[in-house]
Amino acid sequence: MNSEPFLAATPSGDVLELRPAGSWIAANVAKLEALSDGVSAQLARARSVRLDIAGVSELDTLGAWLIEKLSRRAISAGRSAEIVGVADNYAGLIDEVRQVNRHNPPPLIAPSPIFAKLNDIGQSTVSAREDIAVFLQMLGSLFMAIVAVLRRPQTLRMTSLVYQLYRIGWQAIPIIALITFLIGAIIAQQGFFHFRRFGAESYTVDMVGILVLRELGVLIVAIMVAGRSGSAYTAELGSMKMREEIDALSTMGLDPIDVLILPRITALVIALPILTFIGSIAALYGGGIVAQFYGDMGPAIYIARVHDAITVAHFKVGILKAPFMALVIGIVACSEGLRVKGSAESLGKQTTTSVVKSIFLVIVLDGLFAVFFASIGM
Amino acid sequence: MQEGDSEIAIRVRNLVVGFGRQIVLDNLSLDVRKGEILGLVGASGGGKSVLMRTIIGLIPRRSGEIEVMGQAIGGAHERSTQAAAGMWGILFQQGALFSSLTVRQNIQFPLRENLVASQELMDEIATAKLEMVGLLPEDGDKYPAELSGGMTKRVALARSLALDPAIVFLDEPTSGLDPIAAGDFDALIKTLQKTLGLTVFMVTHDLASLNTVCDRVAALADGKIVAIGPMSELLESEHPWVRAYFHGKRSQMLQPQTS
Repeated sequence: MNSEPFLAATPSGDVLELRPAGSWIAANVAKLEALSDGVSAQLARARSVRLDIAGVSELDTLGAWLIEKLSRRAISAGRSAEIVGVADNYAGLIDEVRQVNRHNPPPLIAPSPIFAKLNDIGQSTVSAREDIAVFLQMLGSLFMAIVAVLRRPQTLRMTSLVYQLYRIGWQAIPIIALITFLIGAIIAQQGFFHFRRFGAESYTVDMVGILVLRELGVLIVAIMVAGRSGSAYTAELGSMKMREEIDALSTMGLDPIDVLILPRITALVIALPILTFIGSIAALYGGGIVAQFYGDMGPAIYIARVHDAITVAHFKVGILKAPFMALVIGIVACSEGLRVKGSAESLGKQTTTSVVKSIFLVIVLDGLFAVFFASIGM
Repeated sequence: MQEGDSEIAIRVRNLVVGFGRQIVLDNLSLDVRKGEILGLVGASGGGKSVLMRTIIGLIPRRSGEIEVMGQAIGGAHERSTQAAAGMWGILFQQGALFSSLTVRQNIQFPLRENLVASQELMDEIATAKLEMVGLLPEDGDKYPAELSGGMTKRVALARSLALDPAIVFLDEPTSGLDPIAAGDFDALIKTLQKTLGLTVFMVTHDLASLNTVCDRVAALADGKIVAIGPMSELLESEHPWVRAYFHGKRSQMLQPQTS
């Protein structure tokens, strides 16, 4: 079995005789590399080289290649080299490695770091433009699909829509309610803690009510949905793309936008306002619990103060934003899903991009809405 | 130890494998000789892949013994299997190339994990393997998603041969290839088997490759090996399933060229 490899080098006249022996196999690679590097000085001096491999007891591709490399090193320096003593069972292998590594493709030249950085910036600028184009294209085809459905309402895929509503709406209620409940409670606790110093505890309720209904309720819910359902959409559509399922749909004369994307985005647009409503109520409830146990404010007073503090306008501001946020999340998630390429890595990358981008856009959109509502005086 | 043990590469004795209430392999025994190409045929869903996966330790067995190169094989995570991994290379049906690595990195992966060698040598070995399976050195920089079906199989074969294993398991190596590519692949397997002295365990449905490259063919039916021997012997077999397999309509289309 495995025996210690050797490489004996005996110069006789102008001829350098190299006698590899033992196991020239991959398991001994460290020793073999050291051995073949060890004779390079002698190899440089010799006029011609004779490799006698009769003593080799075991040989595999790696060993055969190292022996071939020794002979090639001599030949490339303009000397002659021959391999002798090849046992019958190794003749094929030696012949085979003779053929390989003859023409190496030119190595890829790495650009300088400054150039690479500039290149990155340029690439991402171009891809940002591409992102906008993809977004608008998806928005456009979605609009066309909606128009088509409005003209012939029976083409709407109800089963799929209801299933998606169940998945991203109904199944999301517990976690959304829990998170917004906790957020409401935390805001109320902070309010009571800090406002107490000014004797303004009762204004905590105003803060919780307005903050939750106008901004936080919808924002937290949209971020949760982007993470929970947006990522699921991207991963689903991405793996369907990878397995050519989307191509299969197109070849059957069906538009993937109608079949896959419209029900998903419609479900999001319906579900997000409902989830926002549930989330806001849960947050107000959380605030109420904290008011009772931490702020010494009974439920009756809390409800009365909430009544005074908030108006329908506050509620409208929050809930009006929800469908638009849902649209952004849905479009980003679906278009990123369709951009998945063949590899598993690309699926992961696109899913990450989808979540990051939709959360970013949701916050940007929230800012734009804040400006808009301020200017119309809501 | 029995006589002639040193000539047996894979020894399977009384193997029982089942899932839930279903018994897939029922007291199966099989010997694969060193240096031969053994073809395994069987009905779809009949347990061919299960047998292969059980031998390499991916599927747990209910009872029975498996020895590979004289070494007993345990479950997938036992030390003996890990040690045996260097002895075999596996070509999965879909290639199972790592999609985030280039072709060259895929081939280097087993080398990198198991050996301490210079990057230069690993690059040369990877290129050598690429050329041995009939690809160009330039293909080394491609990603698996950019390869055609035939190229994927060749790269997967190159990866399975990276450590010069004694045994190669091939799971339907020619499925999904056109007859010319399949014929080339068969010839490649035969050449590599001769050059590297491999033992090849091949699961296949391709009657042409059974005919041309396999030294022996084993037929798996009802969870057992019902016939084993050279192609000419299997054609003579009286077992009803084997008769149906080799004398069915599709096989009539092929001229048997037993030698």
